[in-house]
Amino acid sequence: MMSLRRPTQDHPLTRLALAAIAIGFISVFLVLPLATVFSQALSAGFGAAMRSFDDPEARAAIRLTLLTAAIAVPLNTIFGIAASWAIAKFDFRGKGLLTTLIDVPFSVSPVVSGLIYVLIFGLQGWLGPMLREWDVKVIFALPGIVLATIFVTFPFVARELIPLMTDQGREEEEAAASLGASGLQTFLRVTLPNIKWGLLYGVLLCNARAMGEFGAVSVVSGHIRGLTNTLPLHVEVLYNDYQYVAAFAVASLLALLAILTLVVKSLLEWRYADEIAAVHRH
Amino acid sequence: MSLVVDSVTKSFGAFEALKGVSFTAPQGAFVALLGPSGSGKTTLLRILGGLEFPDDGSVIFADLNWLHVPARSRRAGFVFQNYALFRHMTVAQNIAFGLAVKPRSVRPARSAIAQKVEELLALVQLEGLGKRYPSQLSGGQRQRVALARALAIEPRMLLLDEPFGALDAKVRKELRAWLRALHERMGITTVFVTHDQDEAFAMADLVAIMSAGRIEQYGTADEVRKSPKSPFVAAFLDREAHHAPQPAR
Amino acid sequence: MSVTAVSLRARWRNPSALPGFGLSFGFTLFYLSAVVLIPITALVLRPWELGFDGLLRVLGDHRVLAALRLSFGAAAIAAVINALFGLIVAWVLVRYRFPGKRLLDALVDLPFALPTAVAGIALSALYAPQGWLGEPLMHLGLKIAYTPLGVVVALTFVGLPFVVRTLEPVLADLGNEEEEAAATLGATRWQTLIRVVLPTLSPALVTGATLAFARGVGEYGSVIFIAGNLPTVSEIAPLLIVIKLEQYDYAGAAAIGLVMLAASFILILTLNLLQAWTAKRQ
Ligand SMILES: Nc1ncnc2c1ncn2[C@@H]1O[C@H](COP(=O)(O)OP(=O)(O)OP(=O)(O)O)[C@@H](O)[C@H]1O
Ligand SMILES: [Mg+2]
Repeated sequence: MMSLRRPTQDHPLTRLALAAIAIGFISVFLVLPLATVFSQALSAGFGAAMRSFDDPEARAAIRLTLLTAAIAVPLNTIFGIAASWAIAKFDFRGKGLLTTLIDVPFSVSPVVSGLIYVLIFGLQGWLGPMLREWDVKVIFALPGIVLATIFVTFPFVARELIPLMTDQGREEEEAAASLGASGLQTFLRVTLPNIKWGLLYGVLLCNARAMGEFGAVSVVSGHIRGLTNTLPLHVEVLYNDYQYVAAFAVASLLALLAILTLVVKSLLEWRYADEIAAVHRH
Repeated sequence: MSLVVDSVTKSFGAFEALKGVSFTAPQGAFVALLGPSGSGKTTLLRILGGLEFPDDGSVIFADLNWLHVPARSRRAGFVFQNYALFRHMTVAQNIAFGLAVKPRSVRPARSAIAQKVEELLALVQLEGLGKRYPSQLSGGQRQRVALARALAIEPRMLLLDEPFGALDAKVRKELRAWLRALHERMGITTVFVTHDQDEAFAMADLVAIMSAGRIEQYGTADEVRKSPKSPFVAAFLDREAHHAPQPAR
Repeated sequence: MSVTAVSLRARWRNPSALPGFGLSFGFTLFYLSAVVLIPITALVLRPWELGFDGLLRVLGDHRVLAALRLSFGAAAIAAVINALFGLIVAWVLVRYRFPGKRLLDALVDLPFALPTAVAGIALSALYAPQGWLGEPLMHLGLKIAYTPLGVVVALTFVGLPFVVRTLEPVLADLGNEEEEAAATLGATRWQTLIRVVLPTLSPALVTGATLAFARGVGEYGSVIFIAGNLPTVSEIAPLLIVIKLEQYDYAGAAAIGLVMLAASFILILTLNLLQAWTAKRQ
């Protein structure tokens, strides 16, 4: 029998060619850079790579990165829950504008994200002289790093929860209210179980960005070694010092974190497709 | 202890969903709200349940200014058009919810709650299904879980929004007789929304025919059926009757 | 009495049986203002202390103009590359079945998850004259690292997921029926693709490319290592902001930042219009 193709099926050669282009493009643009990170890190052997982490400056960078994420992620999570509760469960004027404003940090350059805080808290910033008088350091110190990180990871949880909670409607919460549940009880017993996977998904992405942010943090950090360098900044310092093995070793740690994030993200998308937001624009 | 609804209006933006609705029902009455889609039945029911707030008018129930009682204090058992069961809870947990969220001082003991759930499961004829999740039930079973959940809080008023809407004709008829019998036994003031006139006349003591945000006619089932007061009511009943020939009762 | 209170409130928001609006909305507004709106206002106000002429002088500077041209130009080229290859990747991922597809799909998100500094040093090492790709390309007479081409490569890396992830759901929704209808009406496969499939996809394609462009314009971390940062040749606008900040030229930095912020807002507006267009198409 002659093999007829269904009209929606591409010619086998076309399929082969397109698949080859797709795989080739992804290999060159995504896989090769990733492979480069690990290969450079291990270029002087595993031991040499591991020794990069004995450095007290590397330790300090790890600590600072964890501390920053530990402050920024919970704050943005609380914000995301509050914003999505207000937006998804109530009708009020200006909701569209509010939703757009929440997304703004995604469209702003990381450098600009850092810049705005320098303009307020920097030496010549709005509050600069006052802070100096009180001897409070924001820029070139932890508070500035945390603020910049909060800014760039600001929308992650909210933009995950808003469409999800909007999709789920209000009836279950209304039922809970009519059965006598308080607001907190309604949230903890009815809403939270319904959004938990979406929430985890948002927190996961928020955390990955918080730990990996470079541009915004670079502007406010001042690059004080052992003090205000996060892991990505430490990578930069090492790289600019021609300490390539160490730079790529630390970069490998961040790359592993990225891979872990992708694995968990894929698992969540695969296992709980219905319970995370229907629309994933980013 | 009667229900008095007086000149209730409600707009959504520029759209008037209720244009001055008034009716009175004695304690323990079974009232059907009957009318075409979009006539405001759900809106009125949600106002009685405290889920929606009128722009004007008043509702008195059990000698209370009902509109000043928040939904969670009304003890109005509300059964939603599509049930609104808590999807992540088992049937038993769904039914127990209203008891489990009571303040500790008045909350029944765990064992008492479990016993109550068993009683209610028996009442709605779902013995043995307590461990299932709502997604593992048929439409008619979900419907009865929603009812059991509403009954668990010993409601002062029962509000049912097209409770049989999604069910097939045979199941509807069974549940119809069962619900009427249940009402007779418990005597809870019940407001029931439907757009099926057979259902309304078969079950209700009092029928309100709604159209475009108004009650066109209100009276006992017999009155309304035998002497329609307006051309709309006559046409509505007539048209409906052609759709579903009156079955023998 | 309370009825008037209710209707007064109703003008701004519909009353609701659910609790917590005041708390959640209040916190949302407070946090949004503190983290995003007020700092952005600082950026909008700051450059004007130079006066309008001073602002124009900063922006008219040869070096600044070159940097802006590079950031916008390279982002545009990268967006076009991503539109083309992203379309192929999305097509292959949605339409074809092959082993390793899930891995390929997860990899597409790598640029979202990988810290930009890590991507930056990896690309730089990869395209450097001794790098895996840099060396063979060098023999072909193509120099990528430390040239504007390097900027395009880095922006292609960061932009790819935007196009693919925007196209995928639309492509999946498209189904086969419209194509089958076209085939039964006598269209060739090629005609069907050009006249039926592509027009349906175009809003999503333009949206994805715009998102990639927006990201590219402001990108910093993945670019600065591979670009070489030669003033007026391979120096991007965000880097110039950093340089001006290091010289404590806050107003100058703010002036460039303001241009980039304006670009972000124009792009947000464009995206909202695109969304309306997409909604109309579906
Ligand atoms: N939240 C809302 N916002 C805007 N309009 C609404 C809202 N709720 C109801 N309406 C409108 O009010 C009118 C009455 O709606 P309601 O739900 O009370 O009708 P119904 O009689 O229950 O209809 P059905 O039989 O289809 O359920 C409809 O025109 C509806 O579109
Ligand atoms: Mg209704």
